[in-house]
Amino acid sequence: MADGHPDLNGIWQAFVTANFDIQDHEAQPGPHPEIMGAYGAELPGQSIVEGGDIPYQPWALAKKKENFAKRMTVDVSSDKTWHASGDPELKCYMPGVPRATYMPLPFQIVQGSSPYILVAYAFTSATRTIRMNWKGDAPTDAWMGWSRGRWEGETLVVDVTGQREETWLDRAGDFHSDKFHVVERYTPASPYHLLYEATIEDPKVYTRQWKMSFPLYRRVEKNLQLLEFKCVPFTEELLYGKFRKPNGDVK
Amino acid sequence: MNDRSSALLAFLAFVTALVLVPQPIGGQTTSGTRQTTGGTKSAGARATAKKTAPVQRTPWGDPDLQGVWNDATSTPLQRPGDLAGKDVLNDEEAAEFQEQTAHGLTRDRRDGGRDADVNRAYNEHWMDARRLKITADHRTSLIVDPPDGRIPSLVPLSPERQKARAARADANARFNAGMPNTFHDMSLPVRCIIRTDSPPYLPTIYNNDFHIFQSPGYVAIAPEMIHSARIIPLDGRPHLRGDLQQWLGDTRGHFDGPTLVVETTNFRADDGVVFQGANPATYRITERFTRVDADTLNYEFTIEDPMTWTRPWTARIPWTKIDPGEQMYEYACHEDNFDIVHFLTGARAREKRGETVGPRPAGAAAAGER
Repeated sequence: MADGHPDLNGIWQAFVTANFDIQDHEAQPGPHPEIMGAYGAELPGQSIVEGGDIPYQPWALAKKKENFAKRMTVDVSSDKTWHASGDPELKCYMPGVPRATYMPLPFQIVQGSSPYILVAYAFTSATRTIRMNWKGDAPTDAWMGWSRGRWEGETLVVDVTGQREETWLDRAGDFHSDKFHVVERYTPASPYHLLYEATIEDPKVYTRQWKMSFPLYRRVEKNLQLLEFKCVPFTEELLYGKFRKPNGDVK
Repeated sequence: MNDRSSALLAFLAFVTALVLVPQPIGGQTTSGTRQTTGGTKSAGARATAKKTAPVQRTPWGDPDLQGVWNDATSTPLQRPGDLAGKDVLNDEEAAEFQEQTAHGLTRDRRDGGRDADVNRAYNEHWMDARRLKITADHRTSLIVDPPDGRIPSLVPLSPERQKARAARADANARFNAGMPNTFHDMSLPVRCIIRTDSPPYLPTIYNNDFHIFQSPGYVAIAPEMIHSARIIPLDGRPHLRGDLQQWLGDTRGHFDGPTLVVETTNFRADDGVVFQGANPATYRITERFTRVDADTLNYEFTIEDPMTWTRPWTARIPWTKIDPGEQMYEYACHEDNFDIVHFLTGARAREKRGETVGPRPAGAAAAGER
C-alpha cells in the first residue's frame, strides 16, 4: 500500500474443518442421521490449537461438554434464558472472533487509506471494523467485539475485546466468558496466503493463555464475490415455529 | 380487546413501525394533493450547481468518499400538500417549516394524553437529533424529480400483484392488531433480515450512519442498521446471472468524474425487498454518491419500475460527516430479537381469550410494505 504496509485486500478463506471442532475431531454422523444421512455428517480434522488441547479449568471442561450435549436445544420462550443453550451458529447469530475466520465461507478485507479496515464475512453478513492505532476501549460488548489494529513489521495485529460472552468457538461447545481477549495476527506468507494466528486468554475459563493458527487462502477465481448467507430465514421455524397460531400459517 | 392490552399493543406496534420502517419521517408523506409545477430545473440541481470544491482523491486516484456519514433530516421524502408548487423555502419560511416538522417528530413533549405519552416512551434520548433539521438547501421534499416532489402515480397492477398486496396488507393488519399468526406476518425489518441496509438509503429516526470504505477496485458501504456491508466492485464485471438473487441485490459501480454511480439488480422476489412493493424483476435503482466538500456528500437515487410507477423518480439526500468524536457501533438485531416472541406469545394469549382481528381498513391494500 501507499503507506508502506502490506496490502491485505482480497477475498480470503480458511480451509480447515475447525468450525466442527477446533481440536482433533474424527468424522461423525452428525445430528439426525436417520434423515440427514451422509449430508449431515461432520468432517474430520486435526486440531488448530497449539499443543492440541484447550487448557480448560475443570468446571469449564464440564461446561463445554454440557454445551455440546445441548448444542441443538433451543428455547427462546423467555428473555432471561434466551441464550442459555444451543450453538449460536445454529441460531444464526454473529459468530464473533476468531470463529468468523474459520466458518466455511469466505470473507473480504477492504483496506484503504483511512484508519479503518473493514472485514466483511459472508456468514450472516457479519462485519467488523478494525480501528488502527485506536486508544479507546470497547464502549460496550458486541457480537463481533471491538477490534483495534496495529502493524508490527509485515504483520497486522488486531486486539479484540468487548465480545459478547454468548459466542462459541465451534459446534463442539468450546466457549469463553466476558473476559475473553483475542489477539489476532495476519502475516502475508505469499501473494496467495496469510498466516492467521490468534492468541487467546480468558482467566475465568482457561488455566493459561493459548494459541491457534492456520493459513488463509486467497480466493482467486475471476469475478468471485461474497454472496449473501443471510441465515435468519433458515432459523425462524426452529426459534419461533412453536409460537405460531395452530393451523394458522397462511404463508 | 381490553384497553390495557390494546394500549400496550399500540405502543409495541408504534415503536416497531417507527423503528423499523425505513420511511421518511412524520405524517407529511401521505398528505396533500399531487400537483405538477412544470419544467423548471429542480431545486436540488440548483443547490448542487452552487457548490464547487476540488475532488479529494485516494492515493490510488479514486474520488475519496471514505468516512462515516449521517443522512438524518426532517425534510420529507414527498412534498407536503400545503407546500405544493414551492420547492425551496426562503430563510423565514424554512425556519417555520423546520419548527413545524420538528414539533411533529420530537418525543420531548407531554401533550396528547396518556396513550400518546406511552407511545413516546422511546424518548428523545434514543433518537437522532439530526432528524429534526431540514436540509441546508431548504428544500421541501427529498424528491427532486418529478418537479412536484411526489412519487409518481402507480400504473394499474396485475390481479396477481393486487392479490399479493392484499395478502401483505392482511398480514400487516394482524401484526398491527397484535395478532400475528406466525413470524411470516412480520415485515423483513421486524424479522431482522434487512433494515435500512437495503437501497434506497432513507433517513429514519435513528441509526442513520453509513461507513464508506474504499480500496483499489472496490467501494464498501456498511450501513449502521443492520450490520451488513455492501461491497461494490468497480472493475466493470458483469452482474450475477439473473437466477442468482439476493436480499440486497447485486451491486456494480463506477466513477463518473467525481461521482460514484452504483447500479443494483438481482433482488429477491420476496415481498418487502424493494421499495414500496415494486416488482423486483423490473425494478432498477441507480445511486449516485458525490462528495461536495470535506463534510458533505450528496446521495441521489433514481428508481424506475415500469410495472409499478408511471415514470422514474429521483431523490437527493445530503449526507454529513459525523463528528470525529463519534463512532459507529455494531447494530445487532436478530441475536436479541425478544419482541418477536413477545408479539407471538401475546397473540396466542389473546386468542385464548377469544379476541380476533377486525376487518382491514378500506384502502389499506394499496399501501406497500416499505
